[in-house]
Amino acid sequence: MTVDISFRRVLANTDRRFELDVAVRSTSRRVVLYGPSGSGKSMTLRAIAGLLTPDEGRIAVNQHVLFDSALSVNLAPQVRKVGYLFQDYALFPHLSVAQNVAFGMRTGILNPRRGAIPQVAASWLEAFELDVVATHYPSQISGGQKQRVALARALAAEPDILLLDEPFSALDPPLRVRMRRELAALQTRLDLQMLIITHDPADVEALGEHVLEIRDGRIFSDSAPAGQ
Amino acid sequence: MPLLLSLKVAIWATALNLLIGVAVAFGLSRWSSPLRDLVDSLLTLPLVLPPTVLGYYLLVLLGRRGVFGAWLERWGINPVFTWEGAVIASTLVAFPLIQKAARAAFENVDPQLESAARVLGLSEWAVFFRISLPLASKGITAGALLAFARALGEFGATLMIAGNLPGRTQTLSVAIYAAVQAGDDRGANILVIVASTTCVVVLLIAGRLAPDRSRLRRVS
Repeated sequence: MTVDISFRRVLANTDRRFELDVAVRSTSRRVVLYGPSGSGKSMTLRAIAGLLTPDEGRIAVNQHVLFDSALSVNLAPQVRKVGYLFQDYALFPHLSVAQNVAFGMRTGILNPRRGAIPQVAASWLEAFELDVVATHYPSQISGGQKQRVALARALAAEPDILLLDEPFSALDPPLRVRMRRELAALQTRLDLQMLIITHDPADVEALGEHVLEIRDGRIFSDSAPAGQ
Repeated sequence: MPLLLSLKVAIWATALNLLIGVAVAFGLSRWSSPLRDLVDSLLTLPLVLPPTVLGYYLLVLLGRRGVFGAWLERWGINPVFTWEGAVIASTLVAFPLIQKAARAAFENVDPQLESAARVLGLSEWAVFFRISLPLASKGITAGALLAFARALGEFGATLMIAGNLPGRTQTLSVAIYAAVQAGDDRGANILVIVASTTCVVVLLIAGRLAPDRSRLRRVS
């Protein structure tokens, strides 16, 4: 079980040039990429998910090659089997909580119907204590519940790796502490492969096993746990 | 009779615009090219050109000796002086209203929601039908109602291409003009009241739909 990422991407417009050149290699299940905003964390995550194409390099998760410029491999985001927890969760506002969770289970052109939620989705709703708000819309639920919906939606699609973009920044500080604990417990229970990006030292403290620090598009320090 | 014909023409024009206008709007909202502004200006022309000028263009294009007209003639189709001709005129005149509303609505859809759907395994078609279209539907509906009202009142271009044949191409607006020309004040008054009431009703419905976007706003 490994994360093996090494790529380069230059973004340039008339008044600014940014070069992202990162390498993340880890066998840890809890990898944290830590750095200030504008350091290239989100770009790294988008590149792994296939939402941004690197200029060159290689991205592999568990020996599954997602991108390799030398071999002209560039899988579409749809087939990368990557779960993505967006910073503000990106819940679909026109769909109920249950429909959001069931969203990735059917990939046809029709949304899951309001009344008919698959059994698997129902068990995810239960596991995340969302059954009571299953018929609510995202605008009607609390911040913590939104995060759980986003997690359940990502995990219901059975990804190989879960990417989390500043997972707690949209929450109130007291709630953050609780949700960090919840996420840590979830990771242990499901043995999830996680890659978290954050600027918050408390996230590193609570969830980091292999911590890499990123600055100005480069890996600044890499503190792999002992034995790696 | 003229009201029924006007409604039939306006419904057809709105339906055609829902297909063409929404498709063009979605394409333009995802297209970044220096040509985009030029295409946008051309597509807005029907809004600012005098309808008689549009009608003249249609006659030149679709008339028996026109570029498309000669080709259509071979299939036995001639839209001049038919209600279908009135549909073409109304469609063209109302097109920018629906296209602009739909494009604004598509551009308002948070691209991150579309990314989220892709990462969850949805094809581009599925993303369109399950995310982009439903989230833009309120804006599209408001645009469609405006387009419907505009098509309902269409006069200039319709008169040019479909003419004024009572019972066949005489729409409400054309009938009002004909009644006034003939000195039939009573007939004109009735038709004017019918036309005004219909438009007010359509605008009221459009007004109710447009501001109510609370559920569709992005939730963060």
